[in-house]
Amino acid sequence: MTGPAPGPLLEVRGLSVYHGQLQALREVSLEVPAGTVHAMIGANGAGKSTLLRTIAGLHRPAAGQILLDGTDLTGLRPEQRVAAGVVLVPEGRRLFPTLTVEENLLVGTTSARPGPWSVQAVYELFDWMGGRRDQRAAQLSGGEQQAVAIGRALVANPKVLLLDELSLGLAPVVVRRIYALLPRLLEAGMTVLLVEQDVSQALAVASLVHCLLEGRITLEGEPGTLTPVQIESAYFGANRRGANGAGRTGNGGSNGNGGTLAAGAPPATGATP
Amino acid sequence: MSWVNAVIQGILIGGLYALFACGLSLLFGVMNVINLAHGDLAVVAAYLALGAVAITHIPAVWAFLIVVPIFAVVGYVIQRTLFQAALNRSVLTTLLVTFGLSVVIENGLQQFLTANSHSIGIGSLVSDSLTIGSISIAYLDLAILVVAVVVLVGLQYFLSGTRSGRLIRAVADDREAAQIAGVNYRHVFGVAAGIAFGTVALAGIAFGMFSQFDPTIGTDQLLLFAFEAVVIGGLGSLWGTLGGGILLGVAQQIGANISPADQVLAGQVLFLLILVVRPQGITGRGRGVAA
Repeated sequence: MTGPAPGPLLEVRGLSVYHGQLQALREVSLEVPAGTVHAMIGANGAGKSTLLRTIAGLHRPAAGQILLDGTDLTGLRPEQRVAAGVVLVPEGRRLFPTLTVEENLLVGTTSARPGPWSVQAVYELFDWMGGRRDQRAAQLSGGEQQAVAIGRALVANPKVLLLDELSLGLAPVVVRRIYALLPRLLEAGMTVLLVEQDVSQALAVASLVHCLLEGRITLEGEPGTLTPVQIESAYFGANRRGANGAGRTGNGGSNGNGGTLAAGAPPATGATP
Repeated sequence: MSWVNAVIQGILIGGLYALFACGLSLLFGVMNVINLAHGDLAVVAAYLALGAVAITHIPAVWAFLIVVPIFAVVGYVIQRTLFQAALNRSVLTTLLVTFGLSVVIENGLQQFLTANSHSIGIGSLVSDSLTIGSISIAYLDLAILVVAVVVLVGLQYFLSGTRSGRLIRAVADDREAAQIAGVNYRHVFGVAAGIAFGTVALAGIAFGMFSQFDPTIGTDQLLLFAFEAVVIGGLGSLWGTLGGGILLGVAQQIGANISPADQVLAGQVLFLLILVVRPQGITGRGRGVAA
């Protein structure tokens, strides 16, 4: 238990990550204050998932730092970051298919910090789950698996919850139901950094939105102050003028080399493209 | 009656094969390591038991109390150092490393303990038997089968009913997902290897009582039979391993009943037939650890 932190809860400084020859992140910096929801939007391959996976410790950055409450996490292994309070809900759920629902949740408690969340608390959050605790995870529907994946992260009592593409492969109604949980997590004192291709969903829940394009942050601002044109420009890298509003545009304008991709098309709102 | 006898003797020897196979199956199921030194490790365990008996003068049947814990610790240490270093490079590297380990062990044994064959002396137990009609069942063979069943049942319970077992199954399912759930998979690998080495020690000691052994028998016979039992039974199922061991044993005894020269051949034929007809094995689900 640290006292009230003067700085942001989670801070990313100048993070660069390579996948072999390909540079997936280019000196990305980010500050997430406690108690907020930050959303990363961006097209396929923009580096969103890489950013979350690097924060979780699954990729080793070539340069840069990741700090939690001012403590450097960069050298820690994934399980040590869980113990420090950073937990990822990965893309594609990644449950243990041969384990039961309850066993999946119990594995999540391995490096748990003390806190309000327990297997029982997760059963209370998702009222259907307790009755099916002995079913194998592989037998659940996509939405149910996503709920178990969130539960497996919650039981570790994270300070920062990283959510990677919650909506992937799920029906819109299921996605809305899952996102409706976010306020309850924030109430419980959690901070959320999420990645979402579904831009309208991200704008609806986030207190701050960042847009990634080709490994760089091209836009940062509060959802209410960003115009669709700005988002479109940052999302696709289209070199448009007039993209300076209340939000701070990064180098998205000058970085037009990828901008031929679907320039002029509306940003992907509603469904993933 | 000789056919019935062949089947019964096959079932008995099948217990030994299953005991050999379960460590191999566990290592492959959990961390994708095919341990080519498996048979040689069993031989080392047999030599270690000989040494333990010579030094402490305990009855040979209790040698496992000394050897199995040593092997479990050695298994953990080798996994955390040598095998993990190989795994960090690639799964293929583990094949080379375990092959190298096998060569080192064999030659080391020959160099320092000569190529003479030995046996762990257990007095009259080796020949005592109970007779039912015209069939005689050696107490030692029966004891080995019982030990094999107890080990497999215990392992099954450990994997499905304990926290460590749950973590082993989780890591076998999805190593990366286990990491982000807070699991130190390297430690879990070490625990699995410790168990696998413990079972191979038990199998090696049982073999040393059952038969003569020498430095090269690990690769010449034991490794092959263990592999065949695993493949016949199906990867990822402990019951399959027991079934595979028993089927292999029965096939060999039936072969031997036809002609003594056909003993090993009959086992290989069954093994190849299974590969053709049912490559996932009699119980195989394809992948993963038994649950």
